[in-house]
Amino acid sequence: MTRKQRRLTIIGGAGAVLAAALALIMVALNDQIVFFQSPTDIAQEAVPHGQRIRLGGLVEAGTIERHENATVYFRVTDTENTVTVTYTGILPDLFREGQGVVTEGVIRPDGVFEADTVLAKHDENYIPVEVAEALKDKGHWQGEAQ
Amino acid sequence: MIVEIGHYALVLTFALTLIQSVVPVYGAIKEDERLMAIASPVSMAMFLLVLLSFIALTYAYLASDFSVQNVWENSHSAKPLIYKITGVWGNHEGSLLLWVLILVFFGALVGFFGANLPAPLRAATLGVQGWVTAGFVLFMLATSNPFNRIPNAPMEGNDLNPLLQDIGLAIHPPLLYIGYVGFSITFSFAVAALILGRIDAAWARWVRPWTLLAWCFLTLGISMGSYWAYYELGWGGWWFWDPVENASFMPWLAGTAMLHSAIVMEKRDALKVWTVLLAIFTFSLSLLGTFLVRSGVLTSVHAFAVDPARGVFILVLLCLFIGGSLSLYAWRAPLLKQGGLFAPMSREGALVFNNLFLTAATVAVLVGTLYPLALDAVTGEKISVGPPFFNLTFGPLMIPLLMAVPYGPILAWKRGDLLAATQRLYAAFGLAILFTLVTFWMWGMDRVLAPLGVGLAVWVMAGSIAEIVTRVKVAEIGFGRGFARLKGLPGSAWGTATAHFGIGVTVLGIVTSTAFQDEKVLTMAPGDTVDVSGYALTFDGLAPSRGANYVEDVGHFTVRKGGVVIAELEPSKRLYTARQFPTTEAGIHTLVLSQIYVSLGEPRDNGSIDVRAYYKPLITLIWIGTLFMALGAVFSMADRRLRVGAPKPAARRDRTDGAAPAPAE
Repeated sequence: MTRKQRRLTIIGGAGAVLAAALALIMVALNDQIVFFQSPTDIAQEAVPHGQRIRLGGLVEAGTIERHENATVYFRVTDTENTVTVTYTGILPDLFREGQGVVTEGVIRPDGVFEADTVLAKHDENYIPVEVAEALKDKGHWQGEAQ
Repeated sequence: MIVEIGHYALVLTFALTLIQSVVPVYGAIKEDERLMAIASPVSMAMFLLVLLSFIALTYAYLASDFSVQNVWENSHSAKPLIYKITGVWGNHEGSLLLWVLILVFFGALVGFFGANLPAPLRAATLGVQGWVTAGFVLFMLATSNPFNRIPNAPMEGNDLNPLLQDIGLAIHPPLLYIGYVGFSITFSFAVAALILGRIDAAWARWVRPWTLLAWCFLTLGISMGSYWAYYELGWGGWWFWDPVENASFMPWLAGTAMLHSAIVMEKRDALKVWTVLLAIFTFSLSLLGTFLVRSGVLTSVHAFAVDPARGVFILVLLCLFIGGSLSLYAWRAPLLKQGGLFAPMSREGALVFNNLFLTAATVAVLVGTLYPLALDAVTGEKISVGPPFFNLTFGPLMIPLLMAVPYGPILAWKRGDLLAATQRLYAAFGLAILFTLVTFWMWGMDRVLAPLGVGLAVWVMAGSIAEIVTRVKVAEIGFGRGFARLKGLPGSAWGTATAHFGIGVTVLGIVTSTAFQDEKVLTMAPGDTVDVSGYALTFDGLAPSRGANYVEDVGHFTVRKGGVVIAELEPSKRLYTARQFPTTEAGIHTLVLSQIYVSLGEPRDNGSIDVRAYYKPLITLIWIGTLFMALGAVFSMADRRLRVGAPKPAARRDRTDGAAPAPAE
C-alpha cells in the first residue's frame, strides 16, 4: 500500500466508526429519552399508554396505601390535577407525604401510573428541580428557589 | 488562631501562584536559567502552604470549632472521630481544598523528581500548573472559603449528611481526586510542549508515568464510589449512569485512550498531535466534571451547596482553560512534526482502533450527560437520559473494542500479520466458545446475549494470558526456561496483560450479575421464608438499636442452604438524630464471589416489613477486575524504562541510550 492508501484506509475506518457512533446517539436520543410531565400535563395532553415518562409532583397527604407484597399506591399532585401511582419495591428513605417525588414508568390503560422507579430528594433541602418548576408554573411554590 | 493561619497560608499560596504563572514560563521562552530555576522551589513551597491550610481546617473539625462556618454546617460534636476527619472533605469548601492540595502536590512532585527533565519543559510545565492552581485558589478565596468565621458561635453543629458518614467517604474522594487532578500534570506537560513548540518521543516517556498514576487512582476511585453506592444507597445497583458518575467516567475513558496513544508516540514517534489533544481533552473533562458536580446544575448527593456565583465562576474557569488550551493547540500544533508510518493492520493500527472507540464512547457519554442540561437551557423542556440511552450507545461501542483487546498486544509494530496473531489466540478463542456453550447449556436458550457476554469476557481474559504465554514461548522452550523468561518480561508487558485481564474480569461480573441475578420484592412477617436462587432467607424479626449519633431498626435474617445456616444478615433502617435523616443500610453476605443482598423498606404496624432480596452471582468480580486494572498500571509504572521521575542515575543512563535493544513491547 502506498502512503496515501494507508492514510485513506485509516481515515475511512475512523469516519465509519464515528458515523456509526453518531447514528447510535441520534437513534437513542429519539427513542430512549424520557420526558418529564406533571399531572396537569398528563390530564391535558393525553400521553399515550405505554410510553415511558417521568411524572413529578407532591405526594398527596393521606393517599399512601400499602398493599401486600411491597406494593404501594399513592397519588401525585401538582395541586390542580392528581395521578394515582402504583409501585412495587422499596420506597426511598425520604419518601413522605407532602414531599416532592419523581417517578418513572408508564400509564396503564386504566389510568394508573405504574412506576418502576421512585426518586425522592437526597437531603432535607432538596426538592427535585422539575417538581419545583412545575409547581412554580402553577403558582403554588413556597420556599426558596434552588 | 490556627484557623487564621490556615486562611493566611491559602492567601499566600495565591500570591505564589501569580509568580509561578509568569516567571518560569517567561524564563522557559527566553531560556533564562535563573528565571526557570524558581519553578521547583516555588512548587514545593506552595504544597507546604496548602498542606498547612488543610491541617488547620482538619484541626478545626477535630476541635469541633463551630465558630468556623464550614465546621458548623457539616459537623457535630457527637460524630465519631473518623467522620470528623473525613468530614473535612465531605462538603463543598473542604473538598475544594483537597482538590487544590492534590493539585499542588503533583506540582511539587514534578518539582522534586523532575531534575532529569529538560529545564525549559519543567519550568513551563510548572508554570502551567501554576495557572490552574491560581484559578482554583482564587475560586476558593472568592466564593468558597472554608475558613469563614461566624459571629456568636453556636453550641452545636448541623452534622454531616448521613449518607456521607461512611468509611467509603474516607477513601472515595481522595482516590478520585488524585485521579482527576493527576491529569492536570499531563495537561500542563501538553500545554508546555505547545508553548515551547517542541515535542518528541521522550516527551511521551516523561508523561506516561504521570498518566498511569492518575489513571490508576481514578480507576480505584470510580470503583470505590460504585461499591459505596451499591451498599450505602440500598438500591442494589452499582452503576446508574447518573450525571455525577458520568462526570468521573468521561475523564477515565479519555485517559485510557491517552494511555494507549502515548505508547504509539513513545515507541513509534507517531500520533503526537493526537496525544497532545487527548491530554487537553482528558483534563478538560476532569474540569467539566468538577463543574457539573460542584456548580449545582445537577442535584445529587454530590452537590453539596448551591450558589449561582460559584457555578458562574467555575464556568468561567472552565471556558478559560479549555478555550485557551484549545486555541493554543490550534495555533501551535501545526509546528509539531508527524512521524512513524504504519499499516492499518499493526500494533499502531490496533491502538488507533482503541482510541477511536474510546473517543466515540466518551462522546456518547458526554452527549447523554449534557443533552438534558442543554435542552433545558434552550427550550425549557425537562427530559431524563437514563440507562436505556447508554445501553444503546455505549454498549455497542464497547463490543468491537473488547473483541479487539487480545489482538492489540500480539500484533507487530509497523506491519502486523492478522493470521499469525489469530493462530496465537486459538486457545483463547476455544475457551471463549467453550464457556459460551456451557452457559447456554446451563441456562437454556431464553437468554441469548448473556452467554455471548460470558464468552466475550473469557476471550478478553484468556487473550491477555495468551499474550504472556506467547511472549515467553513456553511451547518452544519448555516450562523451566519459559519461567525464567517470564521474570525477564518488561513491567509494561505485565501491566498490559494484567489490566486487560482485569477488563475481562469486570465484564464477566457485569454480565453474570445482570443476567442471572434473582430479585425478590415482598412483604415479610416475622418467621416468613423466601427462596432466592436456592438460598432460604428467613425473617426473624425487627429489633431497635442505637449508635453514636443515630437510632435504628435492625432486621434479623437467617440464610440457610439445604437446612444449614450459612449466614445471618442484619440490614437496618437508620435515623440520624441531628438531621432527622433516615438511611437504609443493606445487609450483604459474600459467598465466594457472589453476594446475597437484602435491604428494608418501611416497617408496618403489624411487625411485617417490605423486603428486597437479591442473589447477585459473581458481582464482586466487577470490583475485583478494577483492582487488576489498577495493578496493571502499577506494573507498568514499575517498568524501569519508564521510571523517568526517579532520581536515579542508573535510570537516567538507561533512558539516554533508550535506542538500545528495547525488548519488544
